[in-house]
Amino acid sequence: MTQSMFLAQRRLCSVGGSRTKYLKTIYSSKISRFSTSPKMSLKFKNAKRIEGLDSNVWIEFTKLAADPSVVNLGQGLPDISPPLYVKEELSKIAAIDSLNQYTRGFGHPSLVKALSCLYGKLYQKQIDPNKEILVTVGAYGSLFNAIQGLIDEGDEVIIIVPFYDCYEPMVRMAGGTPVFISLRSKPVDGKKWSSSDWTLDPEELASKFNSKTKAIILNTPHNPMGKVYTKEELQVIADLCIKYDTLCISDEVYEWLVYTGNKHLKIATFPGMWERTITIGSAGKTFSVTGWKLGWTVGPNHLIKHLQTVQQNSIYTCATPLQEALAQAFWIDIKRMDDPECYFNSLPKELEVKRDRMVHLLDSVGLKPIIPDGGYFIIADVSLLDADLSDMKHNNEPYDYKFVKWMTKNKKLSAIPVSAFCNTETKLQFEKFVRFCFIKKDSTLDAAEEIIKAWNRQKS
Amino acid sequence: MWDTASSLDSFPNAHPTYSFQDSGTSFEFTTGVLLCFSRTLNFGSHQCSMALGGMFRNAAATYLHLVGSLQRKKAGASLTRYLHQTLTMRKRLQARRLDRIDHNPWVVFTKLASECDAVNLGQGFPDFPPPDFAVEAFQQAISGDFMLNQYTRAFGYPPLTKILASFFGKLLGQEIDPFENVLVTVGAYGALFTAFQALVDEGDEVIIIEPSFDCYEPMTLMAGGRPVFVSLKLTPTKDRELDSSSDWQLDPTELASKFTSRTKALILNTPNNPLGKVFSKAELELVASLCQQHDVVCISDEVYQWLVYDGCQHISIASLPGMWERTLTIGSAGKTFSVTGWKVGWVLGPNSLMKHLRTVHQNSIFHCPTQSQAAVAQSFQREQLHFGQPSSYFVQFPQAVQRKRDHMIRSLQSVGLRPVISQGSYFLITDISDFKRRMPDLPGAVDEPYDSRFVKWMIKNKGLVAIPVSVFYSQSHQKHFDHYIRFCFVKDESTLQAMDKKLQEWKDELGA
Repeated sequence: MTQSMFLAQRRLCSVGGSRTKYLKTIYSSKISRFSTSPKMSLKFKNAKRIEGLDSNVWIEFTKLAADPSVVNLGQGLPDISPPLYVKEELSKIAAIDSLNQYTRGFGHPSLVKALSCLYGKLYQKQIDPNKEILVTVGAYGSLFNAIQGLIDEGDEVIIIVPFYDCYEPMVRMAGGTPVFISLRSKPVDGKKWSSSDWTLDPEELASKFNSKTKAIILNTPHNPMGKVYTKEELQVIADLCIKYDTLCISDEVYEWLVYTGNKHLKIATFPGMWERTITIGSAGKTFSVTGWKLGWTVGPNHLIKHLQTVQQNSIYTCATPLQEALAQAFWIDIKRMDDPECYFNSLPKELEVKRDRMVHLLDSVGLKPIIPDGGYFIIADVSLLDADLSDMKHNNEPYDYKFVKWMTKNKKLSAIPVSAFCNTETKLQFEKFVRFCFIKKDSTLDAAEEIIKAWNRQKS
Repeated sequence: MWDTASSLDSFPNAHPTYSFQDSGTSFEFTTGVLLCFSRTLNFGSHQCSMALGGMFRNAAATYLHLVGSLQRKKAGASLTRYLHQTLTMRKRLQARRLDRIDHNPWVVFTKLASECDAVNLGQGFPDFPPPDFAVEAFQQAISGDFMLNQYTRAFGYPPLTKILASFFGKLLGQEIDPFENVLVTVGAYGALFTAFQALVDEGDEVIIIEPSFDCYEPMTLMAGGRPVFVSLKLTPTKDRELDSSSDWQLDPTELASKFTSRTKALILNTPNNPLGKVFSKAELELVASLCQQHDVVCISDEVYQWLVYDGCQHISIASLPGMWERTLTIGSAGKTFSVTGWKVGWVLGPNSLMKHLRTVHQNSIFHCPTQSQAAVAQSFQREQLHFGQPSSYFVQFPQAVQRKRDHMIRSLQSVGLRPVISQGSYFLITDISDFKRRMPDLPGAVDEPYDSRFVKWMIKNKGLVAIPVSVFYSQSHQKHFDHYIRFCFVKDESTLQAMDKKLQEWKDELGA
């Protein structure tokens, strides 16, 4: 059992007195059984593909933040309501009998049509709804299908650090070898620190590519940094993909969430890139309905068909009523894409205000924020605060893990340590940073403000 | 494979080193062109390269010939774009785990069914509404707390895992912990996938009882496992006019012989799809004793657990002595509440196994949709209150479906089809041997089993859709079981009446 599994067990034991005894009993009876039939413990071993992949930062930290008295700026989910018309569409659909049964495996017809229409506009090309689109269980499911479908034993996959934490275990589960490269900050003396100050060194990036490189995973806008890759930056990546005949898995779940002065660009629209790019989107992030768990992949059929093979051998179909409701919601917004009322335009406006508020708040208490150009997270350097973490156990944990636990316990404010988005070797590079989510209602941000003000008063 | 790179290298438009993949076969482009050519022209290898060397002197001609061979391979694709695509990707694209599993037998039948005006008794889903309480539960989940639009607990929405734990705890006679022993998945299909990925390794053997739901084999293969098949065989009894699914049995000696030191799991499906067989206690005890003897995990697919007829009892193998600790029991909200489109399933099992499924789950889809889980939880809560009573859906629904099954059996007999009385599930199979004797030569592909040809003929000419049972058999066994087709009887009264009309027309044609 890995360290974190053991910790998880202990944490479970500490929740609720009577359950502790029960859990302990189960555990010890298993031990005695193992000693009499060693053969059983061998057979019940997990398949090699998941060896070492059992720990998960979210499971750990969601439990920590579950205490209702904690202001939760950790996990990336909105505590604001989805738009009214989205909820209404789902309500209407729930009354339609036929939508309670199976639909087309690779995507409900009306949804893939809507996606084909929307992305046709964005890509400026005809996109075949049946052959070039696949609907999946969230963008997470799209990532899984892409990696399982296209990554083999021994393939190298370039991952940019920090990275959404599932990329590494998914690549490993597929037998691939992750190759990491870190975003590095330019010096920022005087001016405000922005996510655009964090870049990839083109030479360093080029050195990561070789004949074994099967794919590079790109995430723009970026989680946790909020970086929105520029045309030049994407061109560097595109040139390398073409030179080394590499695929690009482009995670664009936050595609609508870009702030003033920035533009989301799709690498698949760059010359030579359509045929080698898988682009992933998310209903959860587009319409603030993370619990619908619908995502999609857009790409050329010679790639999509392999993701479809994974789909037909894993979950087969996604939920029908949710797909139909999503299709209807899309049609509403597709018709008014130039309108400020369109959710694709109104949400980023709403979030930019919250972003600016968070920047100001974090600044005011001595946490050094990196202003995100996109996405709904903001990371901040917490080391200058020099918090007293001496009473925190688990001394072998990175600084930010300890800081978040300390902050959750003592300040009743939760966040996510950025080293959770790093591989073992790069954790130290980012252990001063902590990630806050700001797609939260005003009262949540007010509560966070209260905590931060009080924190400030304590310091002075 | 011949080496003709040298002759083509000299042409500016030819790119001899690129390759493209098509369903797991890999070949160099130039070689492919030559093979196509030699087949069509019946040239020997040396003659071919000589002839082509001459023919390909002109670069434009090269292009045209490349185009020609591509068109034969992939008719209908936008040609220039396709060429551009395939010319640029040189690496083998798909992972090897997809080899042998990209085939989808359902596509052709679903397509055919939608093209013809046929009564769809093929795919297994109800064409009538779910029970009111389920629809209401979903509506309440949608209009309730707006936070149900956001992520819930990854391994299962807590109220759902709690009710599953308490409901099935009673049924299995087992203390079930909602957090350690329950995982919610995207349908039972997702549950199966998660189980295979978690436990089956390269070279592990998985025993599959045929005929079996068609995903077990590809899921085993995708996990690097080796499927080992054992067939249920018909031992007909003379005293009944029609066979029953209970007449299809495993030979104990044969089953025992399939277990080796490499056997990791056995997948059991009861009630069985496509047969409708409900495994008896004695049969389950046989499977259980072998699993224990050989230390094998039992994956028990029990999606149709409530659909049992003629007083048959569904027994979960996990409830037998010594089996809880080595069994994963899979269930489906879709089949339980007639809501296949909600795609909510679950696995119940000991923590020693479940923890591995959780690892796969958190690295594949992570969360399942929240609102449908809330609706399923509420539906189970309703059933728990009515459990065992006449008002319970789990009592009413199988009674109603049994009447449909009986209706279908009578109707099918009228045209000389011989249905096998199914003890459970959504389906029954029908013997088409008489038709095979009378019409042995139906159109189809070279190796296409008879039942598949028959189904296509029936869809086009008789307006009825069924599924050939050979789809549920491994390749090597298909030829022995090519005289059965599967019908789904969980259909609305109007659909069954439409079926009667088609059968009547068919009967009239036979009489004429």
